[in-house]
This record gives sequence, structure tokens and C-alpha cells, in this order.
Amino acid sequence: MTARVLWRKSLSAVMLSLTGVCAFVAVSVLFLILGYLVIHGGRSVNWDFFTKLPAPVGELGGGMANAILGSAKLLALASLIGVPLGLLGGVYLAEFGGHAAGFVVRYAADLLNGTPSIVIGIFAYALLVLPFKHFSTFSGAFALGIMMIPITLRSTEEFLRAVPLALREGALALGASKWRAILTVVLPAAYRGILTAVLLALARVAGETAPLLFTAFSNRFWSPGWNQPTASLPVMIYTYAVSPYDDWHRQAWAAGLLLLGLVLVINLLARVVLSRGAAVRRS
Amino acid sequence: MPSTANSSVSLAAGLPASPGRELAGEHSMRMNISKLNFYYGEKQVLFDISLGVAAARLTALIGPSGCGKSTLLRTLNRMHETVRNARLDGEITLDGQSIFLQDVTQFRRRIGMVFQKPNPFPKSIFDNVAYGPRINGASRPLSDVVEASLRRAALWDEVKDQLHKSAYELSGGQQQRLCIARALAVEPEVLLLDEPCSALDPISTAKVEELLVQLKSSCTIVIVTHNMQQAARVSDFTAFLLNGSLIEFSPTPQLFTTPADSRTEAYITGRFG
Ligand SMILES: Nc1ncnc2c1ncn2[C@@H]1O[C@H](COP(=O)(O)OP(=O)(O)O)[C@@H](O)[C@H]1O
Ligand SMILES: [Mg+2]
Repeated sequence: MTARVLWRKSLSAVMLSLTGVCAFVAVSVLFLILGYLVIHGGRSVNWDFFTKLPAPVGELGGGMANAILGSAKLLALASLIGVPLGLLGGVYLAEFGGHAAGFVVRYAADLLNGTPSIVIGIFAYALLVLPFKHFSTFSGAFALGIMMIPITLRSTEEFLRAVPLALREGALALGASKWRAILTVVLPAAYRGILTAVLLALARVAGETAPLLFTAFSNRFWSPGWNQPTASLPVMIYTYAVSPYDDWHRQAWAAGLLLLGLVLVINLLARVVLSRGAAVRRS
Repeated sequence: MPSTANSSVSLAAGLPASPGRELAGEHSMRMNISKLNFYYGEKQVLFDISLGVAAARLTALIGPSGCGKSTLLRTLNRMHETVRNARLDGEITLDGQSIFLQDVTQFRRRIGMVFQKPNPFPKSIFDNVAYGPRINGASRPLSDVVEASLRRAALWDEVKDQLHKSAYELSGGQQQRLCIARALAVEPEVLLLDEPCSALDPISTAKVEELLVQLKSSCTIVIVTHNMQQAARVSDFTAFLLNGSLIEFSPTPQLFTTPADSRTEAYITGRFG
């Protein structure tokens, strides 16, 4: 009897420490990466890094101002393409979609979500780079925008469905049309959830490199407008990391640090938005 | 007026043995339901209902749970049309005109509805009440409409200093009165309430009942309730439904003291339901 108990207790202790260690490893990977980035790139995150163009090959110094602006432009345009499509598609699914149409759209969105980003890159390349014979911000943003659609669409649908029927009926009973009710009551009730999803989609594509390699490509200089190749943080990290120069390596680490910081901030923001929403939703 | 006469004829024809005839004689009817059958898919839930809703009076619908009270109430503002597979035959008129021939959003503006569970919008108290006037175009300044509606719903004194707070910060009873104010803000001709007190405590319930009694001078009211004391307290006419059929429809004192049908008597004396 006591042996049994002893066995059970030690098994429980072993399992507890095993799962605990695994959880610890999972968390420490993030901190290892963060520590690595800080150690190797921390000192390169300085004023020059944010304000200067890359230095010519062989010279020390320079910065990534053009890549930072390039990434910002890519993400902004990608949101402009992906968010409305995903949002309206999600409204259709939640509010109007019949059985067959709903199934097809939902399934397609899930497949698109699982499509490797490099495949989406090739698609944007074939559609927007080859015909015009040059790389561009627009084609890169198009590729990223496509990647944002399925997440935005599916979560919009989910959050709209979570809005109680009673709210819709309340609006209809006051003489609102269905569209009016969706715009003025249902969407506002769900907007925090949708905003969270959009932020997470943004964080997800912020670090995408593969679809940018042959759409936005890269640029050592500023990229005015939307129609020229542009530098971006992920592609810059790739280029600088495989170069033979120590200074470039340091800057690649710095860019990585900036990118990870950005993603962390977006995630944090999403969390804040959602938790506030929950506080309001409770009645 | 001729249309009112018409519908009272159809009411009498639909309910030969009912006291509905006297009702129609004494009061002008705001709404008339005649020979209404209602189906969810293949399942019929209302059977040949004929009923008049007297103007500026309070009509109560009572009956055991599942007998079709909510369904009947929801046909009165065509809310049943949001349910897939729902269909009906028969006729419902408002002031003698078929409600089914009118534009549904225009029509619903004339009929207010308050639901079983308070359903304020996730907006401020002010924006909740202002919602209807905003979408329908208000003739008076919004703040006047909001104040007047909150006063009519006996909520003004409790919320006048916090109009811009979220409606969710109110108690359940206050939320329900807010929903009543929201409905009143579009000045409905008829107000429908579906068990408005079932989620409220006794004090809030008393407040809402008092409010309803005051409102009926300016508004025609139909209320669904499973609470017979409530029906007896506030209503002028009571309709008793059982399994989708209208069993009895009489002035409230008469229905509760001398019911004509043995099933009504069984129900009000608590033998079933
Ligand atoms: N949306 C619906 N689809 C199918 N059946 C329904 C629906 N709503 C109500 N019913 C059925 O119709 C009958 C009447 O319901 P209801 O009008 O809600 O009754 P009550 O309000 O008197 O409790 C019940 O048998 C119920 O199950
Ligand atoms: Mg009901």
C-alpha cells in the first residue's frame, strides 16, 4: 500500500517537473532570442540606425531608415488591401452567407491561411511584377495583404457571430434596416475583437520575408511612391546576415531586435484592446 | 373608421362564443389579428387566432410556457420574419391596414418592442435612447427626446448625471427601463413587451408595472407574461393561449373572476402551467 502511494507520488513529482521543464524551455527560447538580439544588436540601435541610409559596401556606420519606412509603407498598404476584404467577407459569412456559399468561402479562407507565404509571393510576382518588369512596394504589399485576408475574415466572422441576437433584434425593432443594424450595432459591439484580430494579422505578416524577396525586393536608397523596389526590415536582415561584414551583422541583429520589439508591442496592444472589450461586454 | 368596423366583424366571426364582441363594441381597435396560423417549418405553433388590440389599453397574453405567446407577439411587429422557415397565413392590421403590405422598417418604427432580457446596445445611456431618433430622423433636438423618454420610463432621476456612461453599468432593472425609454424615444403607437420583468427583482418589477399603467394613456400596449398576478394587476384585457390556440379573451377582471372556459379556470387556479 505505502509502496503504491510512494510510486504514485514520485510519478506525479516526475511528471510535474518534466512538464515544468518543458514549459520553462518554451519560455526561455523567447528570452534567449531576445537576449541574443540585445547583446549583438543592442548597441547598433542608435540614432543613426533610425535616420541614415545604409552605408556603401566596406564603409562602417549607416542605418536602416529606408527599410524602416519601407516596412511601414508595406504594412500600411497591406492593411488597406487585406483588412477591408477580410472584414466585408467576414460580415458576409456571419450575416448573409447561406450554407453552401458559407462553406466554400470558409474553406477557401482556411486553405489560403495555410498556403506557404512563398507561394503567395510567387503569385504576386506573376501578377504584379512580371507584367510591369520591375519590383515595387505595391506588389509586396499586395502579397502581405493577401496573407492578412483569411485571419481577418475568419475572426470577423467569429466575433460577429458572438454578438447576441437580442442586440440585432433590438435595432431592427426600432426600425433599423439589416445593414443599418450591422453597421451601427453589431460591428461596434464586435469591433474590439476584430481590431485584435487585425493587429495579430499585422504582427504575423510584419516579419514575412519570403513573399517580399521577389516582389518588394530591396533597395539601398529611399523608395519614393509605391512603384519602385523598396527595402524592408526582414529582407534587410536576410541580406545583412549573409554578408561577410561584421558591421552588417550587428545591424542585422539590430533590425531583428526592432522587428521583434514591434511584434511584441503589437501583441501587447492586441491584448489590451481585447481585455478592455471583455470588461465592457460583461453586463 | 369603416375599416375598424370591418375588422370587428371578422373578429366576431372568428370567435363566435367569445366576449370579444363586447370588447370591439366598447373600444376602438388599434390592431386586429384575424385567422392567424403560424408555422416554424412544418410545425404549426399558432392555430386560427383572432384577437383585437384595444387602443390606449393594456392587453396581456398569458399561457403556459411554449404555448406561442412570444410567437404571437413577434408577428405584431413582423419580427418573425428574421426567423428562417417561419411563415404565417391570416391577416394582421394596424388601423385597418394590413401590416404585411407596408415597408417593414417604416412599419417597425411605429411599433416599439421590449424583450425578455434587457438588451441595451454597447453604447452610452444617451446613445441607447438616441438610437431610434437618430436612424429615423428626429424632429426635436436629441437631448430633449432623450430626456423626455427617460422621464417617461421613470429613469431620468437615476441617470441624469451619468448619461455618457455605458448602459452596461446600470442594474438589470435600470437596463430594462432604459430599453423601454429607447423604445419610447421613437414614439411608437403600439408597445410590445415580452415578459419584460422575468429577469428583474420584485422592486424593479413594481417600477416597470407602475410605468406601464402610466404609459397606456398615450400608448397601446401588449404584454406577454407568465405571471398571472402581473396580468391581473396591470392589464385591461387578457388573452389566454394554450398549445397555440386562443382559449379565452376577456376583460381582465372577468377572465380572472368568472372564466368562461374550464381550461382557463384550471390555469389561473394553478392546476397546470
Ligand atoms: N425559432 C424557432 N424555430 C422553431 N420553433 C420555435 C422557434 N421559436 C419558438 N419555437 C417553438 O414554438 C412554440 C411556441 O414558442 P414561443 O412562442 O416561444 O412560446 P412562449 O413564448 O409562449 O413560451 C414552442 O413549441 C417553441 O418550441
Ligand atoms: Mg416566450
